[in-house]
Amino acid sequence: MNGNALSQVLLLIGAEATAEITPRRIVLQVLYLGASVLFILGLKALSSPKTARRGMNLAALGMLLAVVGTLFHHEIISYQWIIAGFIIGSLIGGSMAIWMPMTAMPQRIALSHSFGAMAAVLVGVAEYIHKMRLVHADQLTEPFTRGEMSAMGFEILFGSLTITGSLMAFAKLQELVPGPPILYKFQNQSNIALFCCTSGLFLYLIFFPGDVAAFYLMIVLGLASGVLMVLPIGGADMPVVVSLLNSYAGLAASATGFVIDNKVLVIAGALDGASGFFLSVLMSRAMNRSFTNVLFGAVGAVSSKTSAQVEAKTVVRYTPEDALMVLENAHSAIIVPGYGMAVAQAQHTVQEVAELLIERGMNVRYAIHPVAGRMPGHMNVLLAEAQVPYNLLCEMDQINNDFQNTDVVLVVGANDVVNPAARYKKDCPLYGMPILEADKARSVIILKRSLKPGFAGEDNELFYSPKTMMVFGDAKATLTSLVKLLEKK
Amino acid sequence: MEYELLIDSFFILVLAGFVGFEVIGRVSPLLHTPLMSATNAISGISLVGSLVIAGSEKYGTVGHVLGFVAVTTATINVVGGFMITDRMLKMFKLKGQDQR
Repeated sequence: MNGNALSQVLLLIGAEATAEITPRRIVLQVLYLGASVLFILGLKALSSPKTARRGMNLAALGMLLAVVGTLFHHEIISYQWIIAGFIIGSLIGGSMAIWMPMTAMPQRIALSHSFGAMAAVLVGVAEYIHKMRLVHADQLTEPFTRGEMSAMGFEILFGSLTITGSLMAFAKLQELVPGPPILYKFQNQSNIALFCCTSGLFLYLIFFPGDVAAFYLMIVLGLASGVLMVLPIGGADMPVVVSLLNSYAGLAASATGFVIDNKVLVIAGALDGASGFFLSVLMSRAMNRSFTNVLFGAVGAVSSKTSAQVEAKTVVRYTPEDALMVLENAHSAIIVPGYGMAVAQAQHTVQEVAELLIERGMNVRYAIHPVAGRMPGHMNVLLAEAQVPYNLLCEMDQINNDFQNTDVVLVVGANDVVNPAARYKKDCPLYGMPILEADKARSVIILKRSLKPGFAGEDNELFYSPKTMMVFGDAKATLTSLVKLLEKK
Repeated sequence: MEYELLIDSFFILVLAGFVGFEVIGRVSPLLHTPLMSATNAISGISLVGSLVIAGSEKYGTVGHVLGFVAVTTATINVVGGFMITDRMLKMFKLKGQDQR
């Protein structure tokens, strides 16, 4: 921005009488620019695990420079609140990063979306209170212009929505709240009504920004919307919701950048928003459901009908010894991990089995369905933690054609992603979803706790196929038995 | 604030959005989870706004308190976010690489 505009801004935000351009301010703007560049380079480096860490270190450096530079900001006089915030924040953030297990990553990311949105909303509220004080002191007529208030509105609305929405997502993921969709009569209608009220308030505030009651009411409505939006969404749809909230947190941050005129915040928020949005669309496509269907279409309504219809079909129960026989005679295997593996904390044992098989000369790979788990890339991170070399982790498109030439498929805690009904059964919620073609392999071993259908409530006919071996029980226990058996040979 | 400045920011938003889509589209699906924590950590740059509010006299006691909470939550995201992203990225190795 040019010098003249900068002076005017500084005057408008009630800064000192002399709003001249000092070297300090120029340095700070340069640091912000540098941080923006480093952020983009950091994300670019995520194109491969080889370059990723280095790139992220650059991004962290950018963040450090921006923060340290801001500490010399001309308006900052007292540091005790800042230091207190730094210390407490670092302790909490660091502890979470060091001690939260990989299986809890979806929960952690949901919490961090909430925190990010909290920061955005608090900044917005503080700015609003400050401006209203100036209005009462007759230094300003309106706290914000229409344009500023629009940005503020976005910041507060998306921010408050994300605060509670993410906390709700956290509660569902952590199973503090029932996982299946919580539905009630007229739910969609009341949500739409709430949405209309909130939008109405938003527009009203743009023209009457001085209405303090309306401002706080909008925050309350935003908070309520967050809860109600996530309530009807089931466990298996969490990847989409978590990505969407990631996006909203970014948009709230970007809007904050508009309000406090901070360009690096606009950029970082845009990057975060684009990323979250990209992932949500990816997840929706991977389930072959439209975006709006995931958010507003009650999957729950369908599943409550079909789960009642699952008959008690009989199936032969096999043992780890039986599974061993199939594995021994196989030359190639594909392992399909699912959320069940995460629940059983079985990723390390899976890797042990795979290692033993590889030692015997078998070709072993992993097939990762895009929506396996509770967040994008969940399975990859769990298996990487178990020290599976990442070249063995294959995306669905990469590996789907290989199932027909594979001797054994080992399904660990996955269900809907290998359900052939998705191909042809038009009335089931899974219809059209791209699946892993496990049923095309020569034999299939499924490790599962029971015959219970997955989140879509659709029975899996793969369970009853003659080439399938169902081994019931806790996945980790079964795999541990397999390890012992393989080691003996 | 002059509309010029808002339009400036809008230009930047649009460009950053496009850049974002292009860059994110090239991220390896292996790294989608670290991507989420990385983008979240980066948006923690809102810390910078909270610093001014917490440290300036202009916003009064309310400002100090709100700013303090905002600094805390933003720091949780920045510190926690970069640390967890690094922890995850460390785990992705090929066979035979150092398991540090």
